[in-house]
Amino acid sequence: MNGSVRHLLGIEDLPARDIVQFLDTAEVFFGVSTRRVRKVPTLRGKTVINLFFEASTRTRTSFEIAGKRLSADVVNISVSTSSVSKGETLLDTVKNLEAMHPDVIVVRHSASGAPHFIARHTHAGVVNAGDGMHEHPTQALLDAFTIRRAKGHIADLVVTISGDIAHSRVARSNALLLTRLGAKVRVCAPRTLLPAGLEQYGVEVFDALGPAVEGADVVMMLRIQHERLTEALIPSTREYARTFGLNRAMLARAKPDAIVMHPGPMNRGVEIDADVADGPRSVILDQVEAGVAVRMAVLYLLAAEAGQSPLA
Amino acid sequence: MTTASTQPTRVVMDKCAVAAVLQRMAGEIVARHSDDVSLALVGVRRGGIPLAARLHALLTTAGRAEVLVGTVDITLYRDDAATALPNPQIGRSEIPFEVEGRVVILVDDVLYTGRTTRAAIDAVMDYGRPRAIELAVLVDRGHRELPVQADYVGLRIATTRRERVEVRVDPQDEHVASVEVLGPAENPPSSVY
Repeated sequence: MNGSVRHLLGIEDLPARDIVQFLDTAEVFFGVSTRRVRKVPTLRGKTVINLFFEASTRTRTSFEIAGKRLSADVVNISVSTSSVSKGETLLDTVKNLEAMHPDVIVVRHSASGAPHFIARHTHAGVVNAGDGMHEHPTQALLDAFTIRRAKGHIADLVVTISGDIAHSRVARSNALLLTRLGAKVRVCAPRTLLPAGLEQYGVEVFDALGPAVEGADVVMMLRIQHERLTEALIPSTREYARTFGLNRAMLARAKPDAIVMHPGPMNRGVEIDADVADGPRSVILDQVEAGVAVRMAVLYLLAAEAGQSPLA
Repeated sequence: MTTASTQPTRVVMDKCAVAAVLQRMAGEIVARHSDDVSLALVGVRRGGIPLAARLHALLTTAGRAEVLVGTVDITLYRDDAATALPNPQIGRSEIPFEVEGRVVILVDDVLYTGRTTRAAIDAVMDYGRPRAIELAVLVDRGHRELPVQADYVGLRIATTRRERVEVRVDPQDEHVASVEVLGPAENPPSSVY
């Protein structure tokens, strides 16, 4: 990374060269995960703190396994068990963690920009593991890794992202990354879930799933984020499933070798039918597998930088 | 690259000498291991890779069939991995066979501090439990910092720590073209690997 990447806060400021670097490094770690001993001694003596202010099983476990396979010491802190519930401010939490000299802090927070705030107050490398409705860069990297493994390349692929575009940090990070690597990205949602100005990201906008899926190489389905819906933006779950759910008939409109993706958690029978999710074109579990390799690459490339340079 | 004027160079092996030395090493490997021992050559990235390929060809010519070849990258196993800058160009380790029960011969170009060999041994062990690990090097230049020794040595040369040993590979046929010792550089490389 030429010493340039100290934190991974989002895809927005990440040049294509660095994205490819993360993906290429992840290929090496993918190999490590298939060996008899799925562990390397590389980050022995380094400490990784998983600081999760929002519920997550998949992402936190993925980072934890990634850190442990690199021989780092991994500490998990979740909001329900921390002092935050006792009224501690984010800054005090960070200062206390900083005093214990971690090398990398992995942060998930419901407030957009929280990881950026933490990065300004710690010597550790900071990885954004999802901040509010803003970004989820490691998810976008693992999705790109999965696509590249399945298709051999990313440039010129037609990628359809359908779901709660307005509230999804996954959609945002993916749209940024995939367009930067030359894919043609389509986003699709009911109009109430399509924010204005999406075109600035260089994506095509659809308000019906059929035309959005037509001829696509990759179909990525996202769930409706009920926890972020503050008003009635969709008529009903059943209505949404009927018009925006991916079933076999709908998938038939995509390219015959199209792959189906979902970052999880899935709502079966809502945005995706069970027989599509479990079908031969689904790479949903490949995404989970890729997640560990990609996060190993991120921790590896950030950890050695951490603690050696002054505050940003 | 420093200019040639500050670095008097001596050639310690030319292409012919390298070929002869590898031939002898192949003979030593054959003599040491009977036909019922399954051998695998693992080249240490990157200098050991062309040498492992050469030794493999020579062993095959000498009638040792079914010698397997792999490569190992030691980046993730370096003892300074956690303090050095990350290497964005980690090479792939490719050991596409079971090491269990095999005699694995690590192949490298230059044996110096022994740290690379220590890392390579650890990397191979993470693929399984070989019957034995041996070490074949084209050049042993001394100055060990760990208790490591080679089983097959092409050439032992006396060097100072400030000198550099350069193994040049002919890009045409991927054979080692020459081994040179470069005189004291004004800024000796900080890395001892």
